[in-house]
Amino acid sequence: MTVMEQRGAYRPTPPPAWQPRTDPAPLLPDEVPYRVLGTDAAAEADPELLRRLYGELVRGRRYNTQATALTKQGRLAVYPSSTGQEACQVAAALVLEERDWLFPSYRDTLAAVARGLDPVQALGLLRGDWHSGYDPRERRIAPLCTPLATQLPHAVGLAHAARLQGDDVVALALVGDGGTSEGDFHEALNFAAVWQAPVVFLVQNNGFAISVPLAKQTAAPSLAHKAVGYGMPGRLVDGNDAAAVHQVLGEAVAHARAGGGPTLVEAVTYRMEAHTNADDDKRYRADSEVEAWRAHDPIALLEHTLTERGLLDEAGIQAAREDAEAMAADLRERMNQDPALDPMDLFGHVYDQPTTQLLEQEAQLRAELAAQERHHESEGAPR
Amino acid sequence: MTTVAVKPATMAQALGRALRDAMAADPAVHVMGEDVGTLGGVFRVTDGLAKEFGEDRCTDTPLAEAGILGTAVGMAMYGLRPVVEMQFDAFAYPAFEQLISHVSRMRNRTRGAMPLPITIRVPYGGGIGGVEHHSDSSEAYYMATPGLHVVTPATVADAYGLLRAAIASDDPVVFLEPKRLYWSKDSWNPEEPPAVEPIGRAVVRRSGRSATLITYGPSLPVCLEAVEAAQAEGWNLEVVDLRSLVPFDDETVTTSVRRTGRAVVVHESGTFGGPGGEIAARVTERCFHYLEAPVLRVAGFDIPYPPPMLERHHLPGVDRILDAVARLQWEAEN
Ligand SMILES: Cc1ncc(C[n+]2csc(CCOP(=O)(O)OP(=O)(O)O)c2C)c(N)n1
Repeated sequence: MTVMEQRGAYRPTPPPAWQPRTDPAPLLPDEVPYRVLGTDAAAEADPELLRRLYGELVRGRRYNTQATALTKQGRLAVYPSSTGQEACQVAAALVLEERDWLFPSYRDTLAAVARGLDPVQALGLLRGDWHSGYDPRERRIAPLCTPLATQLPHAVGLAHAARLQGDDVVALALVGDGGTSEGDFHEALNFAAVWQAPVVFLVQNNGFAISVPLAKQTAAPSLAHKAVGYGMPGRLVDGNDAAAVHQVLGEAVAHARAGGGPTLVEAVTYRMEAHTNADDDKRYRADSEVEAWRAHDPIALLEHTLTERGLLDEAGIQAAREDAEAMAADLRERMNQDPALDPMDLFGHVYDQPTTQLLEQEAQLRAELAAQERHHESEGAPR
Repeated sequence: MTTVAVKPATMAQALGRALRDAMAADPAVHVMGEDVGTLGGVFRVTDGLAKEFGEDRCTDTPLAEAGILGTAVGMAMYGLRPVVEMQFDAFAYPAFEQLISHVSRMRNRTRGAMPLPITIRVPYGGGIGGVEHHSDSSEAYYMATPGLHVVTPATVADAYGLLRAAIASDDPVVFLEPKRLYWSKDSWNPEEPPAVEPIGRAVVRRSGRSATLITYGPSLPVCLEAVEAAQAEGWNLEVVDLRSLVPFDDETVTTSVRRTGRAVVVHESGTFGGPGGEIAARVTERCFHYLEAPVLRVAGFDIPYPPPMLERHHLPGVDRILDAVARLQWEAEN
């Protein structure tokens, strides 16, 4: 019997009643970004935490200015500054337990440093002596990731694996507003929700993907809204309010750890510097917009609350600055030394056991370098 | 007769001019990609196009390479001629699914009913001190995919001519832009843009007798430098610039190698499974009885593209080319 013949006999039955799998209402983000600083909630916030956040913010800002200076001196190939976004970075690092994992993107040097990565190692990728170069297991920080959003499925997989092993480990993955357009972002969110993986996605919405403003990136009411379609809660938070970011991420992490599944958090912030030192932001945004955001500086916001509550005085501010200055001086000094490089390292770590072809190429380079050495010696030229 | 001042133009400017002229000549030509509009592209190749032709024809897309190329497929199906920009070599990889599963085979699977005239511009290669994922040479992947043309200019004039030809092609063209040559300059008469030739022809850039250097894109200037250096050794090298990897100009290459009897293929991408293997095999098949020595390859090592501080040891340079040429002599005499 063909399908056509079958059709005559076919009597449609009414479909079973349709029901949404999940009530979307509790998943929807708040209408305005959640704030702590400047609200009544600020009075309740843990003083110890606020002081810690403050110290890390001041260090983070100083790190950004120091790294930017290093690009001007040619010590770094490029540096994507996170000035203006320090609250997101610091909160992301401080909200995690030691056993948790951080999956940063290329702008998240501060998060990695605040989590304990050596400030010099955090710049390896950008300095160009090695790609990444650190052992991710040591501090549970995945390599700073350049191809956008590609680290997000890794975070989901790791979190899922941890849960399968019975460990209450949470993965926190960072991505920019532009990165949310990539297929990997959507696939990661979907896997996370379907598997109920203990993962938290933090979107740092800093307004731009290089030159492209958010309005050209998405037509969604907010990036946090995207969560609902995958079946996970979306939260919207003021990304310049360190206490608020810490609280919202903290709740998301606790939720994930308790088996509640993933959360998408959108932190609304602003990129105060150009995309990198190679970018000319005058081409795509007005100074007045940047200036308007300067009034909402994450450090000033927290400083204000702390001083108002009597938790910070001039001496405290001075101490934080001195601590940041010491970190910067150390960074400067260590970055101003040429890294010890061995060209033969090119062949290291391509495989566990090098292929015969690679061994041939290794021998070729060794011979070339030896020949160059002899040449220099015979010419007496400085090497 | 008025004489027009001949001005120097960079390769990036020539590419921009080709886009502009193609858009002016044909309203079906649309440029799209990340940051191509307001910013004019991170290499400024698309500078001014959005202003001149409007944002509908030079479009800042959302940040999604698969989406960029996938929507270009639909646009081409509806009669447009999209020119898409992939911001850097390694960031084209998310678009490979579209490229390999659809772009390259739409003509074939529709028995010729639906060709896709899409140009995919990909800045490629190293030598600019780029951080990880900003220096890959991916030409072998593209070459291995039937249905795609693969083109790469090495001169300012070719950048213009080949890009015009690519946009005019009714087949998809992967247009590889050697990013370290973006700022290379050549004299240029703005009134009279360089000639547009059909893609698929190689060109002899230097004639010589001792051996043929077969190269393309970023390695051409290195080979020309090697020619000068080789003269001191008494070698008289010929240089063939392929310009197009698919289709491959067997004729120009074969004619040259039959005359010189020796050949070295020079490129930046990896040796094993790289373009040089295919080229050496073709040359050997066609020139076996003319060859005085095996065809050699001077190419990148078979490693992930190294960090900037080590890239000079990886990139094939003049010395490595001269060593290979010396080996050809040795092979011939022993
Ligand atoms: C897959 C991929 N495509 C393109 C790029 C080039 N690129 C680097 S940063 C960037 C913009 C990223 O914007 P966003 O995600 O908002 O992060 P932000 O830079 O604002 O932190 C682009 C297009 C890339 N790194 N990876």
